[in-house]
Order: sequence, then C-alpha cells, then structure tokens
Amino acid sequence: MTALATPQEQSTLELVRSGRARRASRRRLVLVILVALIVAVFAVSLMVGQTFYTPAQVLGVIFGQDVPGATFTVGRLRLPRAILAVIAGLSFGLAGVTFQTMLRNPLASPDIIGISAGASAAASFAIVTLSLSGAAVSIFAIVAGLGVALLVYGLSYKGGAAGTRLILVGIGIAAMLDSLTNYVLSRAGQWDLQEALRWLTGSLNGTTWPQVLTALIALVIFAPLLLSRSGQLGAMQLGDDTAGALGVRVERTRLIVIISAVGLIAFATAAAGPIAFVAFLSGPIAARIVGPNGSVLLPASLVGALLVLVADFTGQYAFGTRFPVGVVTGVLGAPYLIYLIIRTNRAGGSL
Amino acid sequence: MTESHELVAKKLTLGYGDRTVIDGLDLRLPPGQITAIVGPNACGKSTLLRSMSRLLAPKGGQVLLDGKSVHRMPAKELARTLGLLPQSPIAPEGITVTDLVGRGRQPHQGLFSRWSRADDVAVADALDATQTAALADRSVDELSGGQRQRVWIAMALAQQTDLLLLDEPTTFLDVSHQIEVLDLLTDLNRTRGTTIVMVLHDLNLAARYSDHLIAIADGTVHAEGDPSAVLTEDIVRTVFGIDSRVIPDPITGKPLMLPIGRHHVIAEA
Repeated sequence: MTALATPQEQSTLELVRSGRARRASRRRLVLVILVALIVAVFAVSLMVGQTFYTPAQVLGVIFGQDVPGATFTVGRLRLPRAILAVIAGLSFGLAGVTFQTMLRNPLASPDIIGISAGASAAASFAIVTLSLSGAAVSIFAIVAGLGVALLVYGLSYKGGAAGTRLILVGIGIAAMLDSLTNYVLSRAGQWDLQEALRWLTGSLNGTTWPQVLTALIALVIFAPLLLSRSGQLGAMQLGDDTAGALGVRVERTRLIVIISAVGLIAFATAAAGPIAFVAFLSGPIAARIVGPNGSVLLPASLVGALLVLVADFTGQYAFGTRFPVGVVTGVLGAPYLIYLIIRTNRAGGSL
Repeated sequence: MTESHELVAKKLTLGYGDRTVIDGLDLRLPPGQITAIVGPNACGKSTLLRSMSRLLAPKGGQVLLDGKSVHRMPAKELARTLGLLPQSPIAPEGITVTDLVGRGRQPHQGLFSRWSRADDVAVADALDATQTAALADRSVDELSGGQRQRVWIAMALAQQTDLLLLDEPTTFLDVSHQIEVLDLLTDLNRTRGTTIVMVLHDLNLAARYSDHLIAIADGTVHAEGDPSAVLTEDIVRTVFGIDSRVIPDPITGKPLMLPIGRHHVIAEA
C-alpha cells in the first residue's frame, strides 16, 4: 500500500466502508426485529390459552410468587413449553443452516437427510422400548444422529464431492428410520396418539423442566462453537481448496461443525421430537430476509425459534383440535420442499 | 514493497492413493518474479500447486517456505504469506463482489470475524488493483467471465500475500480477457513485487508473460529457466510429443511456438 492514497483509492475505500456500514445496520435491524417478535410471541403464548392471565400475573409466576391458578398453568405448563419451543427452534434453525451452508445445498438439511429421523428413532426406541429417560435418551439420540451422519456421508462419498448423491442417500435412510420409529411405536400399545406424534412429527405437549434443561445445556455448548466457525464456513462455501488456501483447516472445521450441528439436532429432538422442516426452512427464510449482508447462521437460528413458537401457538389454539407443532410446520415446509425440487429440475441439477 | 519469500520443493513426491503423480521433484521459485508452469494434461501441475500451498500432504520430500516446511506451519500463518487461486472456485449464489473479495480476509481475522479498518483498506485496495470497484455491489452471478476472474483475483489480493499461486487463471476466457488477466498479474508483480506462480496451458502466453518458465513431464521438471531457453523445438517435442517451429515473437521478441500437425502444412521451401 502506498502512503499517499489517490482520490480514486480514497473513494473506493469510502465505497467499501459505507457499503459495509449499510449492510451491518440492515443486518442489525433484521436481528432486532426477529428478537422482538420472538419476545412478543413468547409473551403472548404465556398469557393466552384456555384462561387468560395478565402480564402482571405471568411475571408474578416467573419471579416465584404464588398466583392462584397461574402458578400451575403458566409455571408448569406454558412456561416450559414456550422455553423449549425457543430452544428447539434455535437449535434446529442453527443446525439446519449449518448443514445447508456446508454442503452448499438447501436440501441438505438434517431433517431431509435423515439425521433428525435417526435421532428420533433412537429416542423413541430408548423411551418406548427400553423405558429410559433423561440424559440416557439424549445420548441415544446423539449417537444415532452422528451414526446416521457418518453413514450418509460414507455411502455417498465417492472421491470427494457428495452433493446430490448425499441428499438422495439421506432421503432413503430417513425413510428407513421413519419406518423404524413407526415400528417401535406400534409395538408399544399403551402409548397415546399425542405421545406417538412427538416422535413422528415433533410435539411440545407435556414438556417438563428436565427436558428443557438438557436441551438448553446442549444449546449453550454447541451454538457458540458453531457461531465461532461462521468465518470458516463462509470460506468453505468457496470450495475446499479455496478455503484451505485461506488458512481454514477444512477437515477439522467440518468435523467440529458436524458434531456440533448433530449435537444440537439430537438434543432438541430428544426433547421435542423431530419438529418437521424447521431445520430445512429456517436457513432459506433467513437468507431471504437478511440478503447478502453477512453470515446467515444467527438469523436462521432466530427464524427457527420464531417458527416453532408461532407454529405451536397456532397448532394449539387456531383450530378446533389441538395439533402438535410438527403438524403445523410440516404443512408449511412441504410446499417449499416441492418448490425447491421443481426449481432444481429446471436449473438442471444444481441447487 | 513486499518482502521476498522463497518457495522451494525438495525431492517432492505426490500422489493420490497408490498413484504417484509427481516423483522426486526439485524446484525453486525465484522470488519477486513471474513463473509459469507448463506441461501436458495430467502431468501433475495442479497437484504440484496444491501441495506447494499445503492442500496436499507429500508422500515424500517437502515444500519449504523460507526454509520452513509449509506442511508444518500453522494454516493461517501460511495463508498470510502464500495465496492460491484454484482452477474452479465456487461463487455462492447471489454473493456480491465486495462480500466475495472480503472473504479473502479470512486468514487475518480471529474468532467471530470482527471487521477492522485494515480489512476495509485491503478490500478497497484489491478492488482498485483489479478495476472492479465499479462492480462492488453487483452479484457475482451476473458478471462476465473476465470480470468474474478479476473478482476472484481481487479476493486473492485481499488476502495480501507476497506469493500468489494461480491454477490456470485464463481457462475459459476469450483472448482479450486472457490478456487482461495476464496484464493485471504483471502489474501486480511490477508494482508490488508479488511473486506470481501460474499454471498455464497456452505455451506462447506462458513464454510471453513469465520471467521463469518450468516445463514438467513425467512427474518431474524437464526444463526450467528463461523462456527463450525453455521453449525450444526439442523441449516441445519431448514434453508434449509434437513437432513444432519456434520463431521469435514479432510483438515481444520472446519465443513463439507454432505446432506442426498432420494437416495444413505448406511444403518446406
């Protein structure tokens, strides 16, 4: 760099700087709006239900006062449910967008390529057949999730580039695992439909505090680990060689990222089931809202939380019957999946 | 100006699986100069470039940057001295020019990649050097092949390395864009002293734009040195297996190779 910048160099620097400032403020605005919406829907889902509680009553419960009626309804039913909705949404959104970014394909989200299905099959097997609970279930889910990730990667690996093959193999494995979940549930007669639906499409019904806590611990561990890799992931989008030349240890980063993302998926699934399509939808929605203004990881995570909160609230109160959250997100996700597949066909294979 | 760094390969053996591509190759890349590497298809040129930038671990021998093995250096530290532009990097859908160029700053950033003034300066500088500032807010998808290649070079420049390796930077470009890219690389070499190493297919452009020409055949260096000493009829025959006539290029005075095929040859006078 020369000591004296020419007017042209000055103006380019100004251009770069103002462009960056503009993109950063746009991004901040989007993040603030998303957080505000999450807080708003969270608050509403604590207050509204069969009985309405005022904000003062809800706050009273949160701060440990004994409010007649509200202490049970809000403290034991609504609060853990809403918190798990946020945690599961954050986890699914973040893990989904990580896979989509890393594999450069919006179809490569963990709920399409079988990772959620694996975690769900293992969790339902552990709970229904082995009568396990708590951390043991999460361990089953994470081991199965990692196993499926490795299996899909291994089966589709052929001299590197996996792409479309990985997605097709993943879809096949997911179908097998779903049938396994069905089998496990069909063998356990005493389970009611609500509980079965948790493992088929995901549900927040009957959320308990221990479930919330395990999912929260996983989020606190894995989310920062993933977010700290966003620069490396950005470089890996340019291809493995380009990323390597930019000083990214591609294999090590991939390993950390896969383990963290699978960890998030597995713990969230063990608590709430494989909430359909949240991992798949959050990234593309976030990418459209944020635009080319920086990493999409954090926005996608927030979109995931908002999706689950809104879908759960809608599922509970918008219809005559109470639908589990996964039914609502499934209805949203399926058309988008079809749209993506049609677009892929038109574009000739690459997404 | 930039410091001069010396990149050396010693008894380097490279391959994939059981297949050996480069066998016991010795090479020194002269600092501050433009080196072009030529050779027949699948002779290991790209493999050599990948290994020199630590993307491929050697089966034997080593690559030394200023006497230190590149495969033992911390990845980020190496990436601040040596950059590589692969043959076909991927531009994510919808990425803007500034964003893509900014990703070249990766080795200079820490965790959670906070953006500094130095990063802005480096990006602006790279845009100016490649004359892509006017494209800054455009999406890379919309650019022409020549513009796109200049943007990728800008990304490599934002990395601010003293050594820049390029794998076939002119492939898929028409003749005017080929010259544009090679002129740009020459400018960088002359004004900043950046050491440039490029794999090229076109022997005449390689001879024209390099200070040092390396011909690779059968996994090893067949000839190297001044282009006029390397681009000869004998060497073209042994390396590429084709007869040719080499005449002085009337434009540059460098050697100009005219291949002799089975057809369209005027009877010798």
